[in-house]
Amino acid sequence: MSKVKITIGGVNKKAGSSKEYKTGTWRTMKPEVDIEKCIQCFKCFDYCPDGAVKKTEDAIEFDLDYCKGCGICERECPVDAIVLIEEEK
Amino acid sequence: MAEDEEKECFASGHRMCAGCGEGTAMRAILNEAGPDTIATVATGCLEVTTTAFPQTAWEIPLIHAAFENAASVASGIEVALKQMDKKGETNIISFAGDGGTFDIGFQALSGMFERKHNVTHICLDNEAYMNTGIQRCSSTPYGASTTTSPSGKVSIGEDRPKKPLARISGAHDIPYVATATIAYIDDLRKKVRKALDADGPALVHVFAPCPTGWRHGSDDSVELARLAVETGIFVLWEAEDGEICDINVTKKPKERKPVEEYLKKQRRFAHLTDQHIEKIQKEVDEKCEQYGF
Amino acid sequence: MGEQKGMTIQGNMATALGAKLCNPDVVPAYPITPSTLFPEKISEYIADGELDAEMIRVESEHSAMSACIGASASGARTCTASASQGIALMHEMLFIAAGMRLPIVMAVGNRALSAPINIWADHQDSVSSRDSGWMQFYAEKNQEGLDLMILAFRIAEDERVLLPAMVGIDGFVLTHTVEGVQVPAEEDVQDFLPPYDPPHGKLDPENPMTFGSLGTPEYYQEMKYDQTEALENAPEIIDEIFDEFEERFGREYNRITPYKCEDADIILLTMGSMSGTARAAVDEMREEGKKVGLAKMTVFRPFPGDLLKDIAGDADGLAVIDRNISPGFGGAMFAESAGTFINESKSPLMKNFIVGLGGREIFKENFKEMYEKTKKAVEAGEVKKPVEWINMNEDVMR
Repeated sequence: MSKVKITIGGVNKKAGSSKEYKTGTWRTMKPEVDIEKCIQCFKCFDYCPDGAVKKTEDAIEFDLDYCKGCGICERECPVDAIVLIEEEK
Repeated sequence: MAEDEEKECFASGHRMCAGCGEGTAMRAILNEAGPDTIATVATGCLEVTTTAFPQTAWEIPLIHAAFENAASVASGIEVALKQMDKKGETNIISFAGDGGTFDIGFQALSGMFERKHNVTHICLDNEAYMNTGIQRCSSTPYGASTTTSPSGKVSIGEDRPKKPLARISGAHDIPYVATATIAYIDDLRKKVRKALDADGPALVHVFAPCPTGWRHGSDDSVELARLAVETGIFVLWEAEDGEICDINVTKKPKERKPVEEYLKKQRRFAHLTDQHIEKIQKEVDEKCEQYGF
Repeated sequence: MGEQKGMTIQGNMATALGAKLCNPDVVPAYPITPSTLFPEKISEYIADGELDAEMIRVESEHSAMSACIGASASGARTCTASASQGIALMHEMLFIAAGMRLPIVMAVGNRALSAPINIWADHQDSVSSRDSGWMQFYAEKNQEGLDLMILAFRIAEDERVLLPAMVGIDGFVLTHTVEGVQVPAEEDVQDFLPPYDPPHGKLDPENPMTFGSLGTPEYYQEMKYDQTEALENAPEIIDEIFDEFEERFGREYNRITPYKCEDADIILLTMGSMSGTARAAVDEMREEGKKVGLAKMTVFRPFPGDLLKDIAGDADGLAVIDRNISPGFGGAMFAESAGTFINESKSPLMKNFIVGLGGREIFKENFKEMYEKTKKAVEAGEVKKPVEWINMNEDVMR
């Protein structure tokens, strides 16, 4: 992460700048979705604490830049379309 | 982003633990509130994980001042906007954890309610001072082990019941009070919407499991929130127009699951004996009777 | 320039009037003796439609400063008043207000701190907050209380400063005592004080920002340095604005005002209402041929070391008269005066006198006593007792 200049009063004028921090580096397991099974209920989208699930036209996809591998999506998917697998090194 | 997709007001890249219940809650809450919102936040997990300079996960204006005063800072903002004719439809939300709401933040909260500011206070309740390392709060339920109320050879851990924050808030005769949790996102969002639309102060008490503090799997957070409701441990209700005596329970499980199912999944309750669990079950049974289920 | 209206009013009324003339938007306030009349007057002005503001009747002083912070961060002109325990209660918020560079103005009815509880005049409350990053002004009389409130808003909101400011008026001695003041016309004050538009950011959904971030070790020190630098660069701007005030309203203010110091051997350094009594004592001593002068400190933060060196550098002795005590050392002004001179080639011998705590009177005789004691030390060439308490009641000592 780059260093930036401080501001008067420490006011952070860059809303949403947390996106610079790719928390995907935290995980040890990563989710994969079987898009054939996906019924687009979007529970995974709703429940993901990190906003790492994105809606696509037919299903969903994961934003691996931010996914921390918590596994909530796998647990909550009503049709078992999501599975967490070991992250490759 | 598709046209019908709402703006994400809570950005990714925050530093919450994997599986943090507050993360799920915040996305639902802020996306429901929308960009025309100003928020205050008390010191706590939410604040510390989302505002490390120069990064901020907040896509809306935010001010963090101190631990006990999210509600009083919000009071100042509300009056300022009115005085400068800038209020319009802007939502003002004060966020605090259970510490910043039940304990140290209680005075400021009560003052904000009493003065009838048009502010919604949202309490993210993970049942202890989690940010500082899982210390006991008046929100900590009976039987939970925390670092300042640890279970031990002669102790059950927390030996006092959870403070009924939402009922106390309702007793201030404010237009809207509700309890919600992350397992029922639609219910949560509806309640946030009603709170924001209410003409005056409102409270939404959001039950948010914490894998780190409750010691459960990071994937269990939503399931535990669901079990809390299904066992009657956490009752989802709302009271409108100050009708604290005529509350509307929004999720009534047809058949309540035994509390053991909820307690056994969390190591903070691992020390409880069958007797303790029986006692908890009895108290939950009595409480649910009062709520009508 | 319009006419100034002569009135005879209490100090609290003067500060409230000063605030009113500046047209604040939001006044969160909690009552505490002896500053209580300030929120009472403000609410009267609002109730009678004379002031377009809202007073937030908060439930504690901590919430008062918290609400000030929220309001100021939203871009509103904000002020409050407090004293003693209230200042102590809001202590953490003072640092936060300054750290966020919010130009909040607070009138302080200077009062002693408990324990024991005492409601009378003493500078402990605001002096104990001197590390908070706020500017601090002290009034000698009600006129100064009124003027300094106006000056505080102007200086605080100046984009080169952007720091909160307190204006101290001694409890009961000024707050509740009636004196004649000249009140500037509102339109002249409005002309002197441009509208507040925060240049560094505000809470606005059109342009979202985060205030009060977590400042990790990578950034905290620089942020504090930046904030400190703003306070340390303020004297020049304060002087400039004092000059403009004098031009417009005809009253002179200095960060330290010297009186008969040019040829003085001994100088008395005072702050607050005691300065009036000290001046009378200086006049009497001068008539007796004693070469004594008075340096009245009006701006305590940023500490006016530059002026102190100019005024007292050539004196033989400096009596630093503190209406506060930092137990274990001495008075605050003493520590800072000593620190100012420590590396200077010419510096007066310094004695610290602790006076007037908890409303204890300070008489002309006391100033003469302090002069004599300082003179003695100068003649002996040494200070045996650096800190002495004055006007003690030996009868009640254990």
